[in-house]
Amino acid sequence: MNATELEKKRVEAEKLGYSILNLGPTHPATHGIFQNILTMDGDIIMDAVPTVGYIHRAFEKLAERRAFYQIPTLTDRLNYCSAPINNFGWHMTMEKLLGIEVPKRAQYLRVILMEFSRIADHLVCNSVIGVDTGALSGFLFVFQEREKIYEIFEELCGARLTTNMGRIGGLERDFSPRVWDKVNASLKSLPKLLAEFEKLLMRNRIFMDRVVGAGPISAERALNYGFTGPNLRATGVDYDVRVAAPYSSYEDFEFDIPVGTNGDIYDRFMVRQEEMHQSLRIIKQAIAKLPEGPIHADVPDFYLPPKEEVYHNMEALIYQFKIVMGETNVPVGEVYHAVEGGNGELGFYLISDGGRTPFRLSFRRPCFIYYQAYTEMIKGTMLSDAVLTLSSLNVIAGELDA
Amino acid sequence: MENVTESIGKALHDKFGDALVKQELIVDFPTFTLKKESILDVLTFLYDFEIYKFQFLTSICGVHYPDNVKEEEFCVVYQLNDMVKNQRIRLKVYTSEAKIQVPSVTSLFSTANWLERETYDFFGIEFTGHPNLTKILNMDDQPYFPLRKQYQLEDETRDDKDDSKFGR
Repeated sequence: MNATELEKKRVEAEKLGYSILNLGPTHPATHGIFQNILTMDGDIIMDAVPTVGYIHRAFEKLAERRAFYQIPTLTDRLNYCSAPINNFGWHMTMEKLLGIEVPKRAQYLRVILMEFSRIADHLVCNSVIGVDTGALSGFLFVFQEREKIYEIFEELCGARLTTNMGRIGGLERDFSPRVWDKVNASLKSLPKLLAEFEKLLMRNRIFMDRVVGAGPISAERALNYGFTGPNLRATGVDYDVRVAAPYSSYEDFEFDIPVGTNGDIYDRFMVRQEEMHQSLRIIKQAIAKLPEGPIHADVPDFYLPPKEEVYHNMEALIYQFKIVMGETNVPVGEVYHAVEGGNGELGFYLISDGGRTPFRLSFRRPCFIYYQAYTEMIKGTMLSDAVLTLSSLNVIAGELDA
Repeated sequence: MENVTESIGKALHDKFGDALVKQELIVDFPTFTLKKESILDVLTFLYDFEIYKFQFLTSICGVHYPDNVKEEEFCVVYQLNDMVKNQRIRLKVYTSEAKIQVPSVTSLFSTANWLERETYDFFGIEFTGHPNLTKILNMDDQPYFPLRKQYQLEDETRDDKDDSKFGR
């Protein structure tokens, strides 16, 4: 909204006895860079005009100039709370285009990592709902465990937030014994943490009075607005990409899809909370069933050879050079692949013209799509409910603005 | 999958005749190319179609094909999902740069609002009937549409590096 429009809005609001309140872009209660220009009648929100794009980084344009193996670093920075899901989503898109069959072991290891990052993502969202209702201690508890999940990523690939541990065709490296130690330690401590966190908030009278019935959306409106993920499931629609279109061997695991009824903040909180338990269930099954075998498909055109071979083997050197220079041929085609990200259906629509970079790559970013319902959801509510609604939707600025 | 393409294609052909330009199956996606004037009618028809009810709009995105014939330079891709029967389809409409208007589908899907604004922002495709067609992610006064292919990612006047061998 530019200055003249804002001035016009202010004059109109004053005629009706309303006032204009500028919430954001860098307000501590918005947990990210979101601006909303609110028209207020006392403490009631009459209208909201959201402005997005503060951290737009032109990923779709950048992707058109990058070789295929360089794109995971862009996807990392979409939903940075659960970067591995974005990475593997992109790698699976490429595997779909190239027709690569990934070995079972790599698929299972990917599932373990994706579910851990889902837990990390949901932990942040749910604990922040606690913070916005005034319960800071839960937030501090869960960040200790989230730290341990990040340590698993760190042990595996050296990075914590913007992990890039996947490769086209599989994983960069297998889990080392130290990674397994950390995975097992997390599997032991996470259920305890969740129980403690639930004891703190789930049946807490103050918390329930605050969030039950606040910020609701009906299933019809949610579907019309393109909601996916936990926010859609909280309204009672049992749509989950992991079940509707299984990828990476999700069909091998037994898990439930939790659904809510009212689509309010409490339902979103409960759905995410139960999803973490289901994620733990999936991880345990994946570890129990984990097959032996290679961790990547035999695709020398796309999977970097081991470094020691590059120094001593002509063929490996050629492949290394071709991959790094982006010289490998890619078939002409267009594919769409969707994964269940932390916030919903994260889709990659890739058009390839056979060149060394994508001709067009479009990300279906769940946050961008459902944030437009925010105006409708907060109209007629109190300002403090609007802040809670924003944190319960788990809008991640990086994913919103691409 | 081929049956799905056939049956939806037949229904569209019966109902809209020449508006259906092409039907094909791309990997796992039944894809239909339509005349742009008919897009809102087709989406309304598919919303309450007898076999599949495509009531979920997954995404809208634009594509720029500078090498196509003038009438088909820009493409808008709609992806729909029938969550109950778990069936996805893709619809495409082409438009020229001279007449870049495409009917808006916001009256049917609320989610199209920002998706169309984003497509306008990056490709300059004007959606007629859109309630508030303004730029969304870029600056309001940006005079060009950045995802069009004629805009290079880097300043073309740079002479300190030779990128002619890499990328587009």
